[in-house]
Amino acid sequence: MLAVEWLLLLFLIVCALAVSISKNLLNSVIIFMSYSLVMAVIWVLLRSPDLAITEAAVGAGVTSVLFFLALRKIGQLGHKDDEDNK
Amino acid sequence: MNEELRRIWKSFFDWVMGNGPRPENEVIPPEPPPDLPFTRKPKDKYSRFHEATLKERYNQWLEIHGLHLFSVLYAGLSVLTCIVIVSLLLATVAELPPFGHERNPANNEVIRRYVEHGGHETGAQNIVAGLILDYRAFDTFGESAVLFTAAVSVLMLLGASRRNRAESELQPHTYEIGRNFLQRGPPSLGHHVFRRDDTILHSVANLSIPVILMMGCVVVINGHLSPGGGFSGGAILSTALILAANAYGFERVHEFFNERTFIISSSTALMIYALSKGYSFFTGANHIHSIIPKGTIGNILSGGLILPLNLCVGLIVAGTLYGFYALFSEGDM
Repeated sequence: MLAVEWLLLLFLIVCALAVSISKNLLNSVIIFMSYSLVMAVIWVLLRSPDLAITEAAVGAGVTSVLFFLALRKIGQLGHKDDEDNK
Repeated sequence: MNEELRRIWKSFFDWVMGNGPRPENEVIPPEPPPDLPFTRKPKDKYSRFHEATLKERYNQWLEIHGLHLFSVLYAGLSVLTCIVIVSLLLATVAELPPFGHERNPANNEVIRRYVEHGGHETGAQNIVAGLILDYRAFDTFGESAVLFTAAVSVLMLLGASRRNRAESELQPHTYEIGRNFLQRGPPSLGHHVFRRDDTILHSVANLSIPVILMMGCVVVINGHLSPGGGFSGGAILSTALILAANAYGFERVHEFFNERTFIISSSTALMIYALSKGYSFFTGANHIHSIIPKGTIGNILSGGLILPLNLCVGLIVAGTLYGFYALFSEGDM
């Protein structure tokens, strides 16, 4: 169990660095989602399932959706339709 | 006397400033406008070197090297600040007590009270729910009110701009659709209208929306029995609403959940929350026996006020988060 925890914590640090280093904003948001998901697993391992559910729903769900919305608004999603309608 | 004093002060002032006696009809020339920094052309470095004073030489040097020096200083200071803050935070983390140790300051009589008496005092099996919706229900009420206020402010701001735009830009918009039609053939339904012909999105939404909705309802309703509660369940419900809006279009969601329903449901939920919790606080503070039964721990109808309060918070959170998405996406709800 301890090895899994260390692995997840290492993954968290790598994710946190990758979010800030990544040049593509879409990649950043997706990495941020995975960060929240791993954080939720860590909350479960730390025996706080309440926080885990909230983290999974808000951190990985709603926040990322709002980020995607912001990216679409500033035209960074790279969707073909968005460029057509400019 | 007064006149005399003023004359003496004036002559003293002139003597201090190094002026001679002032003529009666003196015309003071307007001051030249000050030079903007870094806009003057730097003088030749060596032309007046032998006679330049130290200050002039310093100013010349600053004009030539100032910008470079500033950027170097800026970078150095920012790196220094980062290092200082990071080391301070790391030092603080190193000072923290070990995780989960029994003699930590967090393990005091408060937590013992919650763990030992939380069950029969709140009637909730999930102590966290009993904590945030019974012992500390006032905080949760404030959080819900803040969320609701934020959503209403966004609604007012974006709604006002949308109405103005609709009045002023009705004609150009129609013209643009017509031009698109002429240029590209069939109309592509402006960029604010979602595509409805995405088969993958449709199938996934058909499969997953009922599951997500049920999951959200379970998390909200079982808030006092199992992990979760109003906030997380409401967030799950709002993701289901957002997915439905993306897959089937906003109009389909607006048929049953629009601005009016949101305002009515959220204000009703807040009112119910405030009134019921006010009653509970009033009876608790005055040692009056409350008529709300606690129920048997573990039953679905237990925990006193926690189940209705969870429903209220879930309703507010779901409406607010979906409202944020709809407002920022469409400017409409």
